This record gives sequence, structure tokens and C-alpha cells, in this order.
Amino acid sequence: MPSRDEIFEKVKAALVDALGVDEDEVSPTATMVGDLGAESIDFLDIVFRLEKAFGIKIPRGELFPEDVLSSTEYVADGKLNAAGLAALKARMPFADLSKFEANPSVQNFANTLTVEDMVRYVQSKVGG
Amino acid sequence: MRWFWIDRFEEFVRGKHATAVKNVSLAEEHMHDHFPGVALMPNSLIVEGMAQAAGLLVAEAIDYNRRVVLAKVAGAEFHFDAVPGDTLKFHAEILDLKPAGSLTRVKTTVGDEVQGEAEIFFAHLEPGDGVPKLFEPEELLRWLDQMHIYDVGRDESGQPLTRPDW
Repeated sequence: MPSRDEIFEKVKAALVDALGVDEDEVSPTATMVGDLGAESIDFLDIVFRLEKAFGIKIPRGELFPEDVLSSTEYVADGKLNAAGLAALKARMPFADLSKFEANPSVQNFANTLTVEDMVRYVQSKVGG
Repeated sequence: MRWFWIDRFEEFVRGKHATAVKNVSLAEEHMHDHFPGVALMPNSLIVEGMAQAAGLLVAEAIDYNRRVVLAKVAGAEFHFDAVPGDTLKFHAEILDLKPAGSLTRVKTTVGDEVQGEAEIFFAHLEPGDGVPKLFEPEELLRWLDQMHIYDVGRDESGQPLTRPDW
């Protein structure tokens, strides 16, 4: 099983290629959207690159659960309700959602995911 | 009017790879100003040709069920300029394909020399509201025929491709 640092380096390379950012911009605390400028189409590109780099399969919606964030069952007035938050946590055990919980507006979610979340997600996949 | 930046396919293997050809000609009007006296095929238009070659390969692989839209170009590099009289070949391969998008790599060559290369990423959009229709079916079929896809195309087992009945 690769070490956390090995995973981080490969994740960094995937993000540099997909987003055209410099290596030193890809710090563990950098947010995918706010700091690295990822747009929605970039996330699919990142999925392709992570799958190739680590030899894993990433089912649709697992890394970026867009279906939860657009569900009328979970979203009211642009905010995720308690059931939605629970669903998100269940789907994304690798992500630190504590900041998002304080202000669970869907718009805010884009600035929640960090590079470290990507690393933890890959760890959960390669660690079996 | 549409801009067509490939002339036809020379080989086309469903879901895998394809080679398209373009003859660069001084008769093309854009060459007259790019640049006067030193005509060069703009690399931006070669990228469009890359997207057309790889985009048709992807669209055929998913039975034209979604709209294949150029989303990103990564790592584009050009090693020399294509000029009138050159025959540009576009070598496209599908690196990865999912229902929502695909990643392809395209190299262009003139003779034995690699002229350019890029990774082209496509989004596959569901037909519906908010997604503009790119072609009428008969118009698309005319283009596919013009590209000789059903003359040279083969499926995964080497059998000729079946021309859609639109």
C-alpha cells in the first residue's frame, strides 16, 4: 500500500495536469474550487487521471456527490437539510465537512473540498 | 457554413483509434492573412481538427446518443508549422471513456515528423433543454459519409461498421 506522501505526490501530479496549476499551489489545505480554480468539467477529468494514476475505479458520484447536492429531498432554499448532511457524510467519509456544516449552503460546498480530502479519498480506495 | 478541419478518415476502429487526413492548401482563405507571404496553418485550427477527429471517434463509440462537446485541451504542443502543400495526419486514440465524458490523445504528423500533440477532453451532454442541437441527423450522416467513416471503419472484431439508418 502506498504511503500518504506517495499518494499526495500522485494526486498533486493529477491536479497539475488537469487544472494547469503550479506544483507549489497544490498544498494539502488548498481548496479545489476556491484556490485551484476547478470547474465542474474538471472534476470528471480529475476522476480519469486518479483512476489511471492509482489503478482504481471511481463510480460516478462517489468523489463528488452532485446528486445529493441537487436533490429536492435534501436541499431547501439553497441549503442542505439535516437528512442531506447525513447523506453527504455517509457518502464522503473521507472529507472534512465540519466547516460546511456551519453553513451548509450548496454554493458553499464548492469551497469545501480540499486537496487533503482527495488524498484521503484515494487512501480509502487503495487501502481496500 | 461549417468549418471542417479534416478531409476524411483513412482508418477508424470503433472505440479505439482513428487516423484522419487534411491537405493544407493555399486556396484556404485564412492562409492569405496568416501571414501575407508566409502562409502558415494556424495551430488553433489544427486543435479544432484534432477535436473533430477525436470527437467523431468518441461520438461513434457511444452511438451518437449524446452530444460530444470539446471541454478541455491539455498539454498542446506544436513542434513546427504546417504549410500549404503539407498533408497533415491526425492520429486520435481514446484513452478513457465514460458516459459523462472522455479523454483522448491526438498527434498530428507531416510525413514521419510529429507536428503537434494534445490531450482533448470531451463532455458528453444529454440531449434536452439547455443543450443546443449540434446537427440534424441527416446533416450529421452526410458529414460521416463525407469523412468516409463507413468506408474505412471497423468495429472491435474487424467487421465493417454499420451505417446508421437515420
